[in-house]
Amino acid sequence: MHLALLQLQNVSHSFGAVEALRDVTLAIGEGEIVGLMGDNGAGKSTLVKILAGNFPPKAGELVWEGQQVHFSNPRDARAHGIEAVYQDLALADNLTAAANVFLGRELLRRIGPLKLLDHRAMEDRARGLFRQLKSETRAEMLVRQMSGGQRQAVAIARTLLARARLILMDEPTAAISVRQVAEVLQLIRHLKNQGIAVLFISHRMPDVFAVCDRIVVLRRGRKVADKPLAATTPEEVTALITGALEAA
Amino acid sequence: MDASANFEALPRVRYGFLASQTAYVGLALVLLSLAITWLAPAFMSIGNLINISKNFSYVAIVSLGATLVIITAGIDLSVGSVMALVAIVTALLLSWLSALPVAKVPGLPTLLSVAGGLSAAALIGLLNGYFIAVVGLTPFVTTLGMLSICRGLAYVITQGHGLAIAGPDSRLFYALTDGSIHRLPVPLLYLLCLGGVTALLLRHTRTGRYIYAVGGNEASALLAGVPVTRMKIQVYLISALLAGFAGILMAGWLGSVPSNLATGYELRIIAAAVIGGANLAGGVGGAGGAIIGSALIEVIRNGLVLARVNAYWQDTLVGVIIILAVLLDRLRSRRLGR
Ligand SMILES: Nc1ncnc2c1ncn2[C@@H]1O[C@H](COP(=O)(O)OP(=O)(O)OP(=O)(O)O)[C@@H](O)[C@H]1O
Ligand SMILES: [Mg+2]
Repeated sequence: MHLALLQLQNVSHSFGAVEALRDVTLAIGEGEIVGLMGDNGAGKSTLVKILAGNFPPKAGELVWEGQQVHFSNPRDARAHGIEAVYQDLALADNLTAAANVFLGRELLRRIGPLKLLDHRAMEDRARGLFRQLKSETRAEMLVRQMSGGQRQAVAIARTLLARARLILMDEPTAAISVRQVAEVLQLIRHLKNQGIAVLFISHRMPDVFAVCDRIVVLRRGRKVADKPLAATTPEEVTALITGALEAA
Repeated sequence: MDASANFEALPRVRYGFLASQTAYVGLALVLLSLAITWLAPAFMSIGNLINISKNFSYVAIVSLGATLVIITAGIDLSVGSVMALVAIVTALLLSWLSALPVAKVPGLPTLLSVAGGLSAAALIGLLNGYFIAVVGLTPFVTTLGMLSICRGLAYVITQGHGLAIAGPDSRLFYALTDGSIHRLPVPLLYLLCLGGVTALLLRHTRTGRYIYAVGGNEASALLAGVPVTRMKIQVYLISALLAGFAGILMAGWLGSVPSNLATGYELRIIAAAVIGGANLAGGVGGAGGAIIGSALIEVIRNGLVLARVNAYWQDTLVGVIIILAVLLDRLRSRRLGR
């Protein structure tokens, strides 16, 4: 067993009367790729938002490398090396690709008493990241004018900026072409090789089985399965997601 | 093989100033000025140009702040009333301080009364920002309420009369608010400085980037760790401060502060920002646009007067220009396919 990088202990969260997560306990090891599956509304995005520091869970604990942590905003989570790609991509479409990549952590240069945006450095760096992702995305292009795949590249490039330890990907392959899916999966393997753990959320069974070490299934906010890839099959996972199989 | 080779083959597109509504409106401003000159050559006289530039400075200064608010997808309707209330507070302080021992130090009453007026403006801006960003009231309703509160206070304080700018220190006050340097009126100089600072803020600082991000996609800004609440409070604060400052300048210009000072200005100010390219849906706008939009409105007014057309046509024409500017932007965006 790897050293657990991140542990969730009995995490619960509700939105008013809706119980989005109930008593979820989960560990993610260093450099491990964990697939998180579940039907619409199962609580996957809620879990991601809690881990990324968007809001604290109503109950339960987060333990990062053996230490209990509290994230009160996304900066806290990032400071620990947790990065997220959100399902709705969370881009500002009136800004350029480079501006979005660096949103919240702009590069600055000092001119006399002023600290100004270093546009050139940010564009260069973003250009390098897009090249690394083999994406035809222009750093100076407005997101409003981009295709779904280009937006995806911007969202993923954001996570590569810092030295991330855990990257949360909420359906990164939902809105892109087959070729781009293969690229994203390749990228996830590449992250693993660098020792970065990934929590990979997808509704697409083949994608999950292509890259993950372990599969966790949520149903109506509860964890109903947590198995190594070798110990399960797409059929079993499907049954777990739909509820045909109670738990495994 | 490195795939970068084919990126370079893609057409290079620039999304700078020349492709913006601000540029179109700037062009319209130049053409209109030429047309007016042809009808009334006096338009291009140095005296008239200086006159115009001074007249629109007050609106333009406030419009800079309105633009920041509009970029965050907000609106500030209280600016006209804030101009009046801050001018009144400043005038009151100036005459009150003149009777105190501080008046013996030349300049001090002016300094203190302007500081007092701007503090009042800051308080109003913070209140607007608090109710909008923290409590979550809509900007329209909050600032509409503030419009009424401030105008009401202006009438209560002055009992419906005007306040004169007077006292031993008023000469300095006039020099600072209504003087000129090498024939250039100081309000115009203030406008140019503030416009430069606003442009720098918007384009080249982190704060500016955050202001655009909040207006472009507030939820994503929040996810990225942008301090959205603070940004919103800041823009209402800046808006009120600029309105207050312009109000003080107008007090110096008029030599007194009528309680109905700048009544209805909020609409002209917002119109100037919108004509200059600020989008009420948020995310778009700039300092240059606010200034050009304000200038366009004043040039129309001045041109109508010089061309001996009834000046009452001004509002009608400004309305047409607002719709034309937005229409032009819409047509252009459709062509660009967005
Ligand atoms: N901000 C919110 N306010 C109220 N309810 C919410 C909110 N966010 C999520 N929910 C509810 O919480 C539950 C879990 O939602 P969540 O977005 O985590 O599901 P998901 O597993 O990501 O679904 P999908 O596969 O459709 O993305 C749903 O019932 C949803 O309606
Ligand atoms: Mg989801």
